[in-house]
Amino acid sequence: MRDFSYLRAGSVDAAREAAALPGAMLLAGGTTLVDLAKCGVAEPETVVDITHLTGLDTIVIDDRGATIGALARMSTVADHAGIKSGFPAVSEALWQAASAQLRNMATIGGNLMQRTRCPYFRDPSNFPVCNKRSPGSGCSAIGGVTRSHAVLGTSEACIATYPGDLAVALVAFDAKVHLGDRQAAVDDFFLLPGATPEREHAIQPGEVITAISIPGTPAARRSTYLKVRDRQSYEFAAASAAVGVEFEADGRTIRDLRVALGGVATKPWRARAVEEALKGKVLEPEVVRQASLLAVEGAVDHGANHYKIQLAPRVVARAILKMGETA
Amino acid sequence: MTVHEFRTRPGDAKRGDASDGAVLADQVGGRLSRVDGPAKITGAAKYAVEQRLEGLTHAVLVESTIAAGRVRSIDTAAAEASAGVLLVLTPDNILPLRTATDWLGTPPPDVAYCPLARDITFSGQHVAAVVAESFEQAVAAAALVKIAYDEALAIVDLSDPKAGDGIPVDAMTKEWGEAETAFASAPVRICNAYNTPREYQAPMEPHGLIAKWQGDQLTVWEPSQWVDGMARTYAEWFGVPFENVRLVSPYIGGGFGSKAFAYGYGAVAAVAAKMLGRPVKLAVTRPQTFTAYGGRAATRQTVALGADRDGKIQSIVHRGVNETSVDGMWVEPLGSVTSVMYATPNFSSRQNVVRVNTVVPGALRAPGENPSAFGIESAIDELAYEVGIDPLEIRLRNYAEQDPHAKKPWSTRQLREAFAAGAEAFGWSKRSPEPRSMRDGNQLIGWGVAAGTYPVRRAYGEAVVRILAGGSVEVESSSIDMGQGTYTILAQTAAEVVGVPAENVVIKLGDSRYARAGVTGGSRLAGVMTGAVHKAASAALDQLIGLAISDPASPFHALQANTLVVADGRIASPRGNGPEVSIAELLRSVGREHIEAKGDTMPANSTVEDRYKNYTTIAMALPHTEGDYSRYSWCAHFIEVRVDEDFGTVRVSRVVSALDSGRLYNPKLAESQWKGGIIMGIGQALLEEGIVDRRYGRIVNNNLADYLIATNADIPDIEVISVGIPDPHSSVLGGKGVGELGIVGVAPAIANAVFHATGKRVRDLPITLEKLI
Ligand SMILES: Cc1cc2nc3c(=O)[nH]c(=O)nc-3n(C[C@H](O)[C@H](O)[C@H](O)COP(=O)(O)OP(=O)(O)OC[C@H]3O[C@@H](n4cnc5c(N)ncnc54)[C@H](O)[C@@H]3O)c2cc1C
Ligand code: SF4
Repeated sequence: MRDFSYLRAGSVDAAREAAALPGAMLLAGGTTLVDLAKCGVAEPETVVDITHLTGLDTIVIDDRGATIGALARMSTVADHAGIKSGFPAVSEALWQAASAQLRNMATIGGNLMQRTRCPYFRDPSNFPVCNKRSPGSGCSAIGGVTRSHAVLGTSEACIATYPGDLAVALVAFDAKVHLGDRQAAVDDFFLLPGATPEREHAIQPGEVITAISIPGTPAARRSTYLKVRDRQSYEFAAASAAVGVEFEADGRTIRDLRVALGGVATKPWRARAVEEALKGKVLEPEVVRQASLLAVEGAVDHGANHYKIQLAPRVVARAILKMGETA
Repeated sequence: MTVHEFRTRPGDAKRGDASDGAVLADQVGGRLSRVDGPAKITGAAKYAVEQRLEGLTHAVLVESTIAAGRVRSIDTAAAEASAGVLLVLTPDNILPLRTATDWLGTPPPDVAYCPLARDITFSGQHVAAVVAESFEQAVAAAALVKIAYDEALAIVDLSDPKAGDGIPVDAMTKEWGEAETAFASAPVRICNAYNTPREYQAPMEPHGLIAKWQGDQLTVWEPSQWVDGMARTYAEWFGVPFENVRLVSPYIGGGFGSKAFAYGYGAVAAVAAKMLGRPVKLAVTRPQTFTAYGGRAATRQTVALGADRDGKIQSIVHRGVNETSVDGMWVEPLGSVTSVMYATPNFSSRQNVVRVNTVVPGALRAPGENPSAFGIESAIDELAYEVGIDPLEIRLRNYAEQDPHAKKPWSTRQLREAFAAGAEAFGWSKRSPEPRSMRDGNQLIGWGVAAGTYPVRRAYGEAVVRILAGGSVEVESSSIDMGQGTYTILAQTAAEVVGVPAENVVIKLGDSRYARAGVTGGSRLAGVMTGAVHKAASAALDQLIGLAISDPASPFHALQANTLVVADGRIASPRGNGPEVSIAELLRSVGREHIEAKGDTMPANSTVEDRYKNYTTIAMALPHTEGDYSRYSWCAHFIEVRVDEDFGTVRVSRVVSALDSGRLYNPKLAESQWKGGIIMGIGQALLEEGIVDRRYGRIVNNNLADYLIATNADIPDIEVISVGIPDPHSSVLGGKGVGELGIVGVAPAIANAVFHATGKRVRDLPITLEKLI
């Protein structure tokens, strides 16, 4: 951890201005930033503390949907009555993320910006080779320990998994990231690694996430987040699925379906092929299981992470079938 | 996690503890809550590196990034020029130290000891250290130390083709009968390999120390499971008398075997303090706790069981291998449970160690017995299915009525009682025998059983007991409390013997200036120290009563009594005639400030040398099969798992364990320790594994987000049942071991339950989802 200057932003505009300085990084809950600074991954020259900004932690629910301020805490959002009833998948994704202590500290804006858990990325002194950290240096993970690495959306440059839970639910329900004047669809906000794995988000220096908004839909109302992992709590997903279903009046035929995957891809992964295959179909276990296999179309494993290709469709199927049971 | 109920059944044997009904919380056997609990919960308890010292400096380690080779050069210029830096230590400028005696008491070779390495034998080895005015400055400068290496080929783990078969450890060989022949001709034969990975102690409080010199006197604040042993090491490193080193460790945030020795980083901090003439703090980081000392060695075992068709074992052939480091020796005794659990006419166990490029492995809760039980207790389960006999029944059919190896009677072995009590509480008789025959929706349900054991390790201890002017009692001992309850049970012991309430007893522990104690490890401390305190407190009481009877100024002088009784801090005659005065009043009337007695359990003819050896090495420890008996603690675990048939995830949903630790000095604390062991066993079975990048020989999950230990959510109701009875051959007050026992047998019980649930036998720990999917 090297010396940095600390700046407390008095307004969002001041934060933007400060964040545009070279080497500046915003500080929200600090649960990612401090951790990465300790690992020697984050080496900010200026830390811009935004936790004292007012008005950025509100949660507003109206007939268009939910708008959640960037500084709202994970635990507050998870426990919010309107989120729980209108967007159960969002609440469940948050509850199953990290630990109670972290959720009480961490903010929604910071959550979207969390970095991969690739162990090579997190240990610069032992593994200088990492395209995400040092573009062009190579990838230490390929050929190494890959149990937690991605099977979808990978490139030759990087196979790191996007680790978060919340964004998986957000991408399923077409949420938007508010960057002051501009808004970006969550699906576009997260970037595939391609040849530039160092670029993870469509955010420019000087931009600050101010809020996220999630359209209120029947599918979001009947939704769930299923997270599978060896440890019952406080572990990133081996595979997870955010699913929302809207049925026709018969209560069995699928009118709208949203499916997104976590823990298996380089970004929050919308599984549109599964959605399309099941829309208009009657929800039947075998049909759902078959369609769920489409979730891992094009998946590529690196040995130890092969199980994710088997696991992910089963998680998707279970989540969809669970939504059927509550019909 | 919820609290279990504590069961006793009417008509049981007397246990000498609270389950007998009559024991007060204050007495030995009572359920007194941890006396150190409030200080820990409120933060008043100060741990080693929390000491605030004038002029404190901060050291940060620089570690090797290769697993094998040689340091070509170290460029310290940038680090030395960095702000606040006081000293950059390298193998070139560090003060030479002497090699110290090891824990076994082996006299050291006359060679210098250098805690910083030029020859690299594992990734994460200490190569240099930076000391600065602030921690942050030291961290920043440490990143500027540039090390150039000549890299060599590393042997990364047991499965490395370069590793070979290893070195036979003849001392581990145990054989009787004609094991191989009998196995070959047995009607039923099973033979399988069982593997356990590197596992880590992962204590809540990471390691670290503050070292301070005053002239040639060294004070070290460091969490320690053995203050006298560690003080000796520091003294010998620096060539100063043992008495010149004071090691202070009143509180320890978990040890699990990892805090019994002074390690290289301790030498680094103490050397730096000497070179700088200022106190030095060195806090080992969480990632460094995976390489600054060793966890449990990875192990492999082959267990061959030959049996007749009724499941009666005719032969056991066991071969074990554990990894050790390139330049250190660690033997994880893999045949330890194999050789005592079941009766067999023919037996052979042999073990090799294989050198790999790792830090020398170390002790982790029940070293040896733990992986050993995973082998034999999985194998007998496999045999049960092979011959179609209930897994509990097959264990009873092969019950060892005496120690099959030592051929001596057990001092006490309540294992049959443990099986019976556990099975009844668990409802084992309702088990459907076929694998995959019990389910709840997507969850396959399995029930498994396994037994465990741990030898009773014995040694000698020493304590000082003072009866103070105010009537309170003070006990001093250099033994320690790492959460297992030493403060509490010693207070109970002194309170009961002297006859005062436990709240009037002050226990002082964890300081090498106090009366001495050996290592807190191998579950020996409670038995050793309750004995020593009992003796010292009895001597103090004798003095007190002697004074009361004979001192002319005593109010009892005229009574001419032979003896007096002390209860609740008050002295009276046994028949109640004559005066009744408080201890304080008596001491005042006879004009005494305090009464002091030292007691130890060493043989009467022990020399000063014997005593030193006993407290600073384990050379004097008594074998558990010494004399006429074989002494062990025993347990039986009954475990239910739920395995998701699609996901392969295993959740432990129920645990009932019945345990025989002899007499319990404090059932509440013993139950906590058993449960702690069971919880660790659940983590070991399902989660824990040091993952090595085989290209670099480096552990990549060296933090608590990626090295998974069980969380509360992973732990169901745990019911523990005490089936022990006082064992006079094991300790002065009748207890056997508690701390290590609980974990032994948990992993095989879970693996056996997983087989019952799924029909899949997992012989490699941990049982992660991809092994079942
Ligand atoms: C041990 C551990 C386990 C975890 N497990 C999980 C898990 O299971 N699931 C899961 O989803 N997450 C998990 N997390 C990640 C956790 O959710 C994130 O660390 C947290 O959400 C980050 O929020 P924060 O407010 O603390 O961010 P900070 O650490 O303050 O910031 C993180 C990053 O976001 C930037 N940033 C912060 N706010 C803004 C803003 N408003 N606009 C633009 N940039 C911003 C910062 O500059 C920084 O780069 C885990 C973390 C840890 C340490
Ligand atoms: S997977 Fe990506 S983050 Fe990990 S080492 Fe390779 S490039 Fe770096």
